[in-house]
Amino acid sequence: MTTPAIEINGLTKRYGSLTALDDISLSVNTGEMFGLIGPDGAGKSSLYRILATLMAPDSGSASVLGLDTVKDYRALRLRIGYMPERFSLYPDMTVMENLHFFASLFGVKIEDNYDLIAPFFGQLEKFPDRMAGKLSGGMKQKLALSCALIHRPDILLLDEPTTGVDAVSRSEFWDMLATLRQKEITILVSTSYMDEATRCGRIAMMDRGHILRVGTPDALAAGLGENLYNAVSADMFGLLSALRKLPEVSDCYTFGATLHVVGSDRFDSAEAERRLRREGIADARIYPAKGNIEDLFIKLAGNE
Amino acid sequence: MTIFQSLIKKEALHIVRDRRTMIITLVMPLVLLLLFGFAISMERNDVRVAVVVDRHTPQTREIVARMQADDYFSFTGIVSEREAEDMLRRGETDAILFLRSEDGRLTAHIDADASNPVVGQASSAYIQNLVSGNAKVPVLTSTMYNPQLKSAYNFVPGIMGMIFILICAIMTSVSIVSEKETGTMDLLLVSPVKPGVIIFGKLVPYFLLSCVLLCVMLILAYTVLGLPVSYTIVSVVVVSMLYVVLSLAIGLLVSTIVSNQVSALIVSAVLFMLPVIMLSGMIFPIDNMPAFFRWVSCVIPARWYIEAMRKLMIQQLEFRYILQEFFILLGMTVLLLVLSIKKFNTKHSAYEF
Repeated sequence: MTTPAIEINGLTKRYGSLTALDDISLSVNTGEMFGLIGPDGAGKSSLYRILATLMAPDSGSASVLGLDTVKDYRALRLRIGYMPERFSLYPDMTVMENLHFFASLFGVKIEDNYDLIAPFFGQLEKFPDRMAGKLSGGMKQKLALSCALIHRPDILLLDEPTTGVDAVSRSEFWDMLATLRQKEITILVSTSYMDEATRCGRIAMMDRGHILRVGTPDALAAGLGENLYNAVSADMFGLLSALRKLPEVSDCYTFGATLHVVGSDRFDSAEAERRLRREGIADARIYPAKGNIEDLFIKLAGNE
Repeated sequence: MTIFQSLIKKEALHIVRDRRTMIITLVMPLVLLLLFGFAISMERNDVRVAVVVDRHTPQTREIVARMQADDYFSFTGIVSEREAEDMLRRGETDAILFLRSEDGRLTAHIDADASNPVVGQASSAYIQNLVSGNAKVPVLTSTMYNPQLKSAYNFVPGIMGMIFILICAIMTSVSIVSEKETGTMDLLLVSPVKPGVIIFGKLVPYFLLSCVLLCVMLILAYTVLGLPVSYTIVSVVVVSMLYVVLSLAIGLLVSTIVSNQVSALIVSAVLFMLPVIMLSGMIFPIDNMPAFFRWVSCVIPARWYIEAMRKLMIQQLEFRYILQEFFILLGMTVLLLVLSIKKFNTKHSAYEF
């Protein structure tokens, strides 16, 4: 399908002297799982608030499902499911009370749309009378998603749904989103975990109010170039400072348990290893690495 | 269930499940009423008086006899001057009455222990009353509306003025702001429910809670505290309802200004609770204040409410005597409602209320 589910044109939002969104344009296709990737303060939440009709932009326009977020907000509210940054539930209300309440806000019955939430709400059904505040992070997340889906929206706006959730639940959550995609619900999901980018169909990389790149995770990672290497040694700190001194190393940063080295065209890993040995780092090993979104992000953010 | 009903049910759950708040809101009014009504009494019973008489005459005997018969006094005996001063110092008596006869004329002199000024004043006034009852030209003082100078129900209007600010202004603003803080307000606002309905759904439960408290406080005032029952109770209820709505408007306004629960609490408490206690005339008479504070007190809703309540509950006056207070309160309510709704709308940008 080619009709865009979200169409954003020159969107700008300022808070005083801070520009949260600077002339952003973006298009998300219907049925797509689109990821907004970027660190805190990139402007993701501001974009969500505008798309969710909670805030008007200073300039530019946004339309969701063909409806303008400012002019047609009333019609739009029936069709979007929004899950804000923190799991916004009523902690002093039980699981079922929360679900019933949000269903009634939209004038729907839980039974009517139960099939949609059944795959993940099933686990919560075992304790319907537990207070939402007493649930684990992963359970809260499932309940919040159920509440956001109970009126069978055409588009889901999920603002950092995996922040503050353990790794297993995070992975589970992405599996749940994959099942929702099969039900033809467009999903716009944001995250500051770069490794989650690969779970999306397409992603937009955001930083400080700008969109840096848009594309499929693979295409973006492929565009990174070939000069990326892993570097390891017992003395990681010594290695880092030594590598940064080499003229043909354009960037070097810690990446998990290794260092990532971005070499210039003249970079030769064997030569670099020799030079490091002369500097007293005998066990230095440098080998080619496959770049990912995080490397791209560091590269793009550094260029700004 | 309609949307409005489920909003109210949800709010009721919040109120009932927060046990601490629940206990405070239900118990505090009762404790305050009873505390001010009985324990903190401005009236003085059992003033202990020692009498020093230099020469007994029929007149002095009559005074002593009257004192012994009076409930308000407990007569500690006729003593010598030195002994009397000792008793005062040791706190065995509250006042000494010196009766001296000079050239056949009786003069009375009162030494009262004024380490507590209220007690000192009250006891000397009582003694004065007692002695002057014996004068050739008796001074007739009648304390109108509150013939026994009971302070018990004098505090009822003030406590009501305070409680409603507490329940309506503080609790509502804290509850709205807490939804903003946790982000649930966003979820409510992105639903198809109109913001006006959402806010109304937040205010109504607190209005109902206030009505329950009003009933409880009135029943207590008219039974335990012995406030005289009359048809002015209808006006009392009407004016109280108006005041409740006004307090809700204050709460709403505060909630649109501040962004977290703590500041909501501080703003409500400092801006509204303290003035209600200090400047509304609840404890300190407004006429005794410096001009500046008298002016400040004019903008405090509780001042007008308490004044109206005094007239209705204690003076038992008809509604037409409180028209001024009523219209000032009405004006304030309208102003605050308009202000808070406007403020709420601009906060939620382009979208209608």
